[in-house]
Amino acid sequence: MGRFKLWFGKKSSRDIAKDRLKILLISDRANCSPETMEMIKNDIARVISKYMKIDAKSMEIQIKKQGCKGRSMSPALYASIPIIDIGVDDVKTVQNQRL
Amino acid sequence: MCEVIVVTSGKGGVGKTTTSANVGTGLAALGKKVVLIDTDIGLRNLDVVMGLENRIVYNLVDVVEGKCRVKQALIKDKRHTSLYLLPSAQTRDKTAVKPEQMVKMIEHLKNQFDYVILDCPAGIEQGFQNAIAAADHALVVTTPEVSAIRDADRIIGLLEAHEFKKIDLIINRLRMDMVKRGEMMSSADVADILSIPLLGVVPDDENVVIATNQGEPLVGNCTLAGQAYQNICYRLLGQEVPFMELEKGISFWTKVSGIFHKN
Repeated sequence: MGRFKLWFGKKSSRDIAKDRLKILLISDRANCSPETMEMIKNDIARVISKYMKIDAKSMEIQIKKQGCKGRSMSPALYASIPIIDIGVDDVKTVQNQRL
Repeated sequence: MCEVIVVTSGKGGVGKTTTSANVGTGLAALGKKVVLIDTDIGLRNLDVVMGLENRIVYNLVDVVEGKCRVKQALIKDKRHTSLYLLPSAQTRDKTAVKPEQMVKMIEHLKNQFDYVILDCPAGIEQGFQNAIAAADHALVVTTPEVSAIRDADRIIGLLEAHEFKKIDLIINRLRMDMVKRGEMMSSADVADILSIPLLGVVPDDENVVIATNQGEPLVGNCTLAGQAYQNICYRLLGQEVPFMELEKGISFWTKVSGIFHKN
């Protein structure tokens, strides 16, 4: 059945390996520890949740390669933050509170 | 002009020693004067892969400590008159030699040989530092596995920090059948991820085990791995050799018949 799964959109283990390595090596090269990544993630979550309701548990951040090829690439931080409620009104209240 | 090549990988068991033995033997067969140096002090094995384990009298540590001259420690190969091996010590540890001592010894050997090939130990500690200290060209060996590639990437970073000008990649133990099924990264995938020039691809070949059993490098013989190592040697000498077509795409009909056979 392996073949059918492959044909109908399931990722091959080759692609999984490639994707995992690409992310892993960029954080290896950037010398960014998983602890630091976790801290950045928590800080981002805290700041964003001031303005909107987000699902902090399923939030993901990654350091990815940006455009250029070769070993000396410019890394970029990508964050995927699922929003539960945009709540524009809440933003206003937050801003008012700050003022 | 002598070239000092270090064969390294980071991860153990990916084929550094096999690569060193075959590249050294291959270059000697092409008429070059070659010395192979086993820098894995405490865990020597280049001598068994070469089939020269019974001829060892002195070793690398003896030379460095001045107990003998380099010439006395060099073992002449059985098959090629221009190939020599400097074995490592089995009873000492990696701290027995310092990078400066390696540099001094290799400077001396440079005058007598066309190629000095250093078989590096696994890891990034003192043994690795010793092996890369005097080298100017690095061959990074990896297998198409996540763990080996990660370590290779780390090694490449360290080599770049040491300002190596030439760093080439050798992909070992590639399984063509698995690549075709999409269950192993192809040589192009690995080369793309590591972003260094690809010098050679060695297929997974049971003849490598047979050759090691017999203590005879298989470079140049009619096996797939033997041909792959031969091509690496030609490329080291500056010749342009096309890569073997190990990963030829499978045709539509093969795929269709595959479904009926497999499912």
